Amino acid sequence: MPADKMVISREKLKSENNEKLREISGVNVYSCYQCGNCSSGCPAVDFMDLPPHRVIRLVQLGFIEEILTANTPWICAACINCTVKCPRGVDIAGVMEGLRQIVLRKKTDHINIVEIDQKLREKLPQIALVSNFRKFVL
Amino acid sequence: MEISYFPGCTLKTKAKNLENTALPLLNLFDVKAEELEKWYCCGVSFSQAKDNLMLQLAPIRILIRAKESGNKRLLTLCDMCYNTLQRAILFIKSDEENRKKINDFMDREETEFYGDEVEVIHLLSLLKEIGLDEIKKKRTKEADDLKVAPYYGCMLLRPKEVAVDSSEDPSIMEEILASAGCKTVYYPFRTECCGSYQIVNEENIVKAQTRRIVTSASKNGADLIVLSCPLCHYNLDEVQKQIADEDENFKPVPVLYLTQLLGLTMGLDPGVNDFSAHYIDPRPVLEIKGLL
Repeated sequence: MPADKMVISREKLKSENNEKLREISGVNVYSCYQCGNCSSGCPAVDFMDLPPHRVIRLVQLGFIEEILTANTPWICAACINCTVKCPRGVDIAGVMEGLRQIVLRKKTDHINIVEIDQKLREKLPQIALVSNFRKFVL
Repeated sequence: MEISYFPGCTLKTKAKNLENTALPLLNLFDVKAEELEKWYCCGVSFSQAKDNLMLQLAPIRILIRAKESGNKRLLTLCDMCYNTLQRAILFIKSDEENRKKINDFMDREETEFYGDEVEVIHLLSLLKEIGLDEIKKKRTKEADDLKVAPYYGCMLLRPKEVAVDSSEDPSIMEEILASAGCKTVYYPFRTECCGSYQIVNEENIVKAQTRRIVTSASKNGADLIVLSCPLCHYNLDEVQKQIADEDENFKPVPVLYLTQLLGLTMGLDPGVNDFSAHYIDPRPVLEIKGLL
């Protein structure tokens, strides 16, 4: 995301999505001082458009819509490594859940259950399917 | 000792090897796990959405069934069930208003739940409580030259409020394995995530993680990986088979439930294991090491 196109504004900081995220996650992102511990500990960071510490920075500045165009919340597997490693006690995994919920509550599921390959579905343990649906479908 | 037992859905289907070895193993120590009369899926992945109480109902209903069983302690074998139930207890204890709302909503339930009435305990903690010396006493077979890599994954350790041991540097599996006469190897990826539910639609993540974890274990000399989570088992076993089929330089390491290995060192009938359910066949290693 090119830095020169991002303008910080009161509107963005007070946006509905920003408010919603705070309500759903209950996390105070302003404790974060960008040390990057979360991103260095994240096992899936290589697959993410934005590393976790960047996501938190963008939330601080109100750029929720910009985060939602990135794949990061959908790559997160809720392993909670980030939250455990954060020296400031920011529940980064909780923010990821909030971001997913904002999208899911607009009736836009992340996966289509009927499209899952039948062979895979029969092979997988139930806990794989149920936990996946809990995170990616509303 | 009697303890209530919540199996969870996968233990009855894809993870029979876990239940079929864990329960006889506990019998050896005179622990009787009494399955809850009525139980449901716990929801598997704890919901972190603080404003949606509906997602907490499944684990809370299980805890109500446990409370009604009259036994304060509830045993789980599955790491994901353990994590979800424990966090549901924390959730309901942390907010009086939420607790009341949830109980009011479930007005057909005859029992209310406050959070302190049930203690959820994972098999690993129960084994440690039974005692490392007791485990040592039950040893019937030596497996001294077998090198085992314990894999913890996430759900046993994180968040730290529910961890069965130190969430950054755990040793509970190493201690249990040492009492059972197995050498353990240390490898840095033992507490890394396997990719979890991403197996459904982002298999690449699980593949990358499985390769990292297994390679790290085998480079440190592991003959076997042991764990206690059915989802980690599937990911590390099935996906590892795919990697091994695609890459001839990859050295596969069989994956067993901890209880399968303990059973073999304590003289449980090996026939309770269904080794055909493994994608990487553990039998050759177990035979070489004299456990089969």
